[in-house]
Amino acid sequence: MSGRDAARRQFLAWGAGALATLTIAPGVLLLRPVHGRAPEQAVTGKARWGLLIDTNRCAAGCDACVTACNRENGLSGATRETDAQWIRKVELRDPRTGRKASLPVMCQHCEHPPCVDVCPTGASFRRADGIVLVDKHICIGCRYCMMACPYKARSLVHEPLADQQPDVPRGKGTVESCTLCVHRVDRGERPACVEACAAAGRGAIVFGDLNDPASAIARRIAQYPSVQVRADLGLNPGVRYEGI
Amino acid sequence: MEIAYREIEGRSGAYWLLLAVLAAVTAAGLAGAWAMEHHGHIVTGMTNQIVWGMPHVVAVFLIVAASGALNVASVASVFGKDFYKPLAPLSGLLAIALLAGGLAVLMLDLGRADRLVVAMTRYNFTSIFALNVFLYTGFFAVVALYLWTMMERRMNRYAKPVGYAAFVWRLVLTTGTGSIFGFLVARQAYDSAMLAPMFIAMSFSYGLAVYLAVLIAAYAWSGRELDAAMLRRLKNLLIVMIAAVLYFVAVFHLTNLYFARQVAFERFVLADGGIYPALFWGGQMVLGSLVPMAMLAHPRLGAARGTVVAASLLVILGGLAQMYVTIIGGQAFPLELFPGVEATSSFFDGRIHPYAPSLPEFALGLAGIAIAGMIVVLAVKLLRFLPERLDARLGESS
Amino acid sequence: MKRVLEAVVVGAALATALATGWAISQERGAPAGRVPKPAIVQARGDKCVEPVEFMRRSHMQVLLHQRDRTVHEGIRTKGHSLKGCVECHASAATGSVAAEEGDFCRSCHSYAAVRIDCFECHASRPQAVAGGVKP
Repeated sequence: MSGRDAARRQFLAWGAGALATLTIAPGVLLLRPVHGRAPEQAVTGKARWGLLIDTNRCAAGCDACVTACNRENGLSGATRETDAQWIRKVELRDPRTGRKASLPVMCQHCEHPPCVDVCPTGASFRRADGIVLVDKHICIGCRYCMMACPYKARSLVHEPLADQQPDVPRGKGTVESCTLCVHRVDRGERPACVEACAAAGRGAIVFGDLNDPASAIARRIAQYPSVQVRADLGLNPGVRYEGI
Repeated sequence: MEIAYREIEGRSGAYWLLLAVLAAVTAAGLAGAWAMEHHGHIVTGMTNQIVWGMPHVVAVFLIVAASGALNVASVASVFGKDFYKPLAPLSGLLAIALLAGGLAVLMLDLGRADRLVVAMTRYNFTSIFALNVFLYTGFFAVVALYLWTMMERRMNRYAKPVGYAAFVWRLVLTTGTGSIFGFLVARQAYDSAMLAPMFIAMSFSYGLAVYLAVLIAAYAWSGRELDAAMLRRLKNLLIVMIAAVLYFVAVFHLTNLYFARQVAFERFVLADGGIYPALFWGGQMVLGSLVPMAMLAHPRLGAARGTVVAASLLVILGGLAQMYVTIIGGQAFPLELFPGVEATSSFFDGRIHPYAPSLPEFALGLAGIAIAGMIVVLAVKLLRFLPERLDARLGESS
Repeated sequence: MKRVLEAVVVGAALATALATGWAISQERGAPAGRVPKPAIVQARGDKCVEPVEFMRRSHMQVLLHQRDRTVHEGIRTKGHSLKGCVECHASAATGSVAAEEGDFCRSCHSYAAVRIDCFECHASRPQAVAGGVKP
């Protein structure tokens, strides 16, 4: 199955809502209720955003999601040990069977996030719609969340930064991680990695509302097997994987 | 017989030299902290893999030793051993000084040290860190009160209940410190309820070692008399404490070795991990535990001052080695996201993470020790912490 | 509650500092100091989202309130957002509100000697100039 075919099939599987978000220009969406919420309305627990990653469609060597994330969020893309990486491609190999898999790993947006439990000031928090964020205004840079995260999802900004993206404030001495592109979600768009994966013809990442039984993501996880990484920890991540 | 406490004279050139050295080390540490604040943590050896480094090794050691240093006072008032009574004020002073040194390092290491006020005004009570803020500040208050009841004659009768409070507080405090690591479920190196009692045992040992080294040095340098019988009891106590730590360390590793999923980590930290097994066996086990135990147990040399000081310093170095293995070694071993499967990535998944502390963070760590030292050196000059003479009959008859 | 208190305290401190600076600058016959008087850069648009006098004293309270609503509740209305401020007030010369001494935020803050802690993390330039594509 070619990547393009896969993408087409993926598109067909998506609900009308997902298609609409794809085709309507983002600017237009700004003016209408986003994901059923008016701009001046606080986010509620009605929706829980999540990702479903189909590792069968994810190719080793493709890093479209990583590049898109870096561009969207103003990350340098450098990969020294001190550089922030919000999303990374992990290559897996089972030494017993030799089976290989390739998949992106980012903040898993847990329902019971350890980073939130350990944060002394409450800077690390879970938004009502399930997105786990850092309020960098009250982050003191203690890095306890980085110690607690089972997914190695968080990074400390080790150097002074300049020319940040207006929608994505980032600064030296505070901890950060994947925000599920919360600024895009808030205006009714999908995260940058999801868009990029679809644009690359793979469509390996589905974004949607896990609480809405009619959503593409909810229907797919109800129908086909998917797993959470380190499910044994009982954190109920909002990111699920197929094919590992 | 009345115990006569007196300030040390503190006018000699050596006294001022000691103070100057400690101040210089502190200044170097502050310069290091400034560099970290100004340039960011890029100037340290810490990374997004090794997120806690040298400052945390020293700071956690100091905090653990702080609660242990209070033990001599606890033995005197909680367990009613009057023999130890004259030794108690120094014990309280050391507890405060070591904790202050440790906390200073932790705070100066923060990514946003300028936001200390945020840490002091916002609390998330599910966080052990937030609880520790209260445990640490409360410890200062309880120990200060305890010192007051011991050093002010009219308050003496309250010394016992306050001593009890301080004793319970210090147990909770060390439990909290151990739990910083014990509650990290995702990491192979931690995630064990054993860490809390093990840290308590370590605090007894490290705290007493610091106490003994400071006591002997203070008496030798101020030319005061230190009774041999007293020293013998204290050094025997240290042997017991070292043995207690060995017991907990053995149980901790044996439990891990029994769990198949933990074997890879144990192999790393006990055999294959390069510096970590070297520090564990050479530093923590041999030089930090077995050698000092043998030295102190020696029938002839064991009670000699030089032996006790040397053994105490070895225990302290062993303690620092242990913290390095626990904190750095625990992070150097990669997190297992996909158990049983080999993982590689640009973010160093599945790889042993290297760590090389830089000068600024070294300086900051040493500054913690120097700050504690300065507090002690100044306090014994300004206030009456040390009995003029220490001999075995003193406490018993008072 | 704590957050509100903190906002009030910080806001009050800033307002006092600014007001003091303002009062000194308005003082008649005061000798010209070494510190240049703040030059208010003309903004885009007809008028600010709130009366100028109110904004001079209370902009930080407004920003703090909006900051918490945005970060925690996902409310991204333009009116009181820092992004909104930057879009109108970025200077023509530097395209920023805080890059040079004369830029909108810096000129007053330098005069009042109050450190700005916003632009270490936030972009001080509007979207288009910062390299992104304007939505």
